[in-house]
Amino acid sequence: MAKILVATFPDTANLLTAVRKARREMFRVYDVFTPFPVHGLDEALGVRRTRLPWATLLCALTGLTTAIVLQGYTNVLDWPLNVGGKPDNSTLAFIPIAFEITVLGAGLATVGAFLVRCGLLPTTRARVADVAATDDRFALVLEWRRTRLDHGQIERLLRQHGAREVVRKVLEL
Amino acid sequence: MDKLPEDATEPRWTTGSPTLHQITVDIAAPMEGKPGRLWYACLAVAVAALMVLLGVATYLIATGIGIWGLNNSVGWAFDITNFVFWIGIGHAGTLISAILLLFRQRWRNSINRSAEAMTIFAVMCAGLFPLLHMGRPWNFFFILPYFPNQHGPLWVNFRSPLVWDVFAISTYFTISLVFWYLGLIPDLATMRDRAVGKIKKLVFGILSVGWNGSHRTWSRYEIVSMILAGLATPLVLSVHSIVSMDFATSLLPGWHTTIFPPYFVAGAIYSGFGMVMTLLILTRQSMNLQRYITMRHLDSMARVLLLTGSIVGFAYATEFFSAWYGHDLYERYHFINRATGPYRWGFYLMVLCNVLTPQLYWFKRVRNNVAILFITSILVNVGMWFERFVIIVVSLHRAFLPSGWGMFYPTIFDIGILVGVFGLFFTLFLLFIRFAPMIAAWEVKGVAVDQASSHTGAGHGAEGGHHG
Repeated sequence: MAKILVATFPDTANLLTAVRKARREMFRVYDVFTPFPVHGLDEALGVRRTRLPWATLLCALTGLTTAIVLQGYTNVLDWPLNVGGKPDNSTLAFIPIAFEITVLGAGLATVGAFLVRCGLLPTTRARVADVAATDDRFALVLEWRRTRLDHGQIERLLRQHGAREVVRKVLEL
Repeated sequence: MDKLPEDATEPRWTTGSPTLHQITVDIAAPMEGKPGRLWYACLAVAVAALMVLLGVATYLIATGIGIWGLNNSVGWAFDITNFVFWIGIGHAGTLISAILLLFRQRWRNSINRSAEAMTIFAVMCAGLFPLLHMGRPWNFFFILPYFPNQHGPLWVNFRSPLVWDVFAISTYFTISLVFWYLGLIPDLATMRDRAVGKIKKLVFGILSVGWNGSHRTWSRYEIVSMILAGLATPLVLSVHSIVSMDFATSLLPGWHTTIFPPYFVAGAIYSGFGMVMTLLILTRQSMNLQRYITMRHLDSMARVLLLTGSIVGFAYATEFFSAWYGHDLYERYHFINRATGPYRWGFYLMVLCNVLTPQLYWFKRVRNNVAILFITSILVNVGMWFERFVIIVVSLHRAFLPSGWGMFYPTIFDIGILVGVFGLFFTLFLLFIRFAPMIAAWEVKGVAVDQASSHTGAGHGAEGGHHG
């Protein structure tokens, strides 16, 4: 349970300035909830670029290795079969499947890693700061902590920057 | 990135300037209201056709594939034609969802969801044919390598393009499904937050996996979408290339050509866009979504049809040219037979629909006429079905030795399955546009906001250009 301050905005331009302003005033931005990805928020929030591509690379390599080992073991080592006089180790013929399994591994791993990293699972209960954040509102959530501004001042500041509503909530987010 | 001055006249991909909330309401409308008569009429026809499929498939599995018109000369006919046809249909969906995403083509945003759904349903239809053609579909797992190997020392032959197909198509299906579902999650969350009933809330709650629109999630989400698009792009090209190798790696005249992979991929995109056009025209009319699936979208798709149709026409010409230039007796005979033999009507139908029809799209008046677009988009698919028929049956019926020549005549069961699969496809699609958000609301919102800010000159110009 955390004390939070939810400020909702009707548009992105005001949201971005408010986020920058709040961070300059030493508030900790817990998160921003938006109906679509807002560009410029990464920089405004100081979100680091995700490391998920490493999961892609790792699993792509795993897939590739699996495919080569599978085809090599079955068709070259375990039971070499003469098909139309082609060599047992017909490496070129093994490429399509190697490619497919690489892509399969990489794709599934990327999405899997993403879902796990973001905690998005069928059993996850959505922790919504503002219901309209999946519709047409942009909700800026600040962690409530002691700064040189008091509650009234920050509320006024947010409203100055276009916030429609500012609500203090105690929520588990 | 600097914006060019002409950006102010950037095409608008929604009619009017709906507010964000209006977009949610409009896109949720088909799921929350009652569909119109057109939808029920289409569904009735589709379900009737689906019943035909169930009946014929049951009889087929009980009796064996002898009920088809196949014979020793023509061992592949309607089944493989249908298989290649449906796989091809799927390609346009991936092109729109992945390749146009990488090229940052924003007109994809209101059509990608339904195009991807089309891909998934088309691949499901395609997958049915190898299964049915096995005759004993319950033994389908024989085509997979698995441990412990229960076939004595024998393994599947990894040098065979038919085995490549198994891997290519199952990978394609899986990745398309995952990509599609990933795109759906934010919209399912919107539906969850709008839902009134308890059951709806619960179902959308589970399906939306706890999505709450957190920016940290969005930030990763966009990277993941780009990675998937990057993976799906070579994947989709590989799938139809591999399908074409089922033919190209054989020695049969008419099949044994190196041009096949690009020729098949272009044809696949062509037929797929034809199907997307048919479906979207049906959708916008039956669900009143003209505001989001605009004439501009149809115009852009017609341009893609013109391009890919011309590539297909060029490939036909190339085949004839290389047969003439190559001095191979059998190859030459095959192409003379294609244009003058007993199946010449199929060939001329294919030329008419695939080479001549798309040339109409040079004219703006044609591209802006919904009725003509609808009819021509159906012709595109008639033509592409016959292209596969010509490639498969015409090549097989006159192979090398005249003693092995024969004819293929479809039986009522061949035709029943052909019709029935359309029933399966359209039933799935009609249910989809009724029960799932069939336009990516969150993507349309992103475009609408950028559009508004670029038109008023206000807003975040520098960051504006890049919504996935």
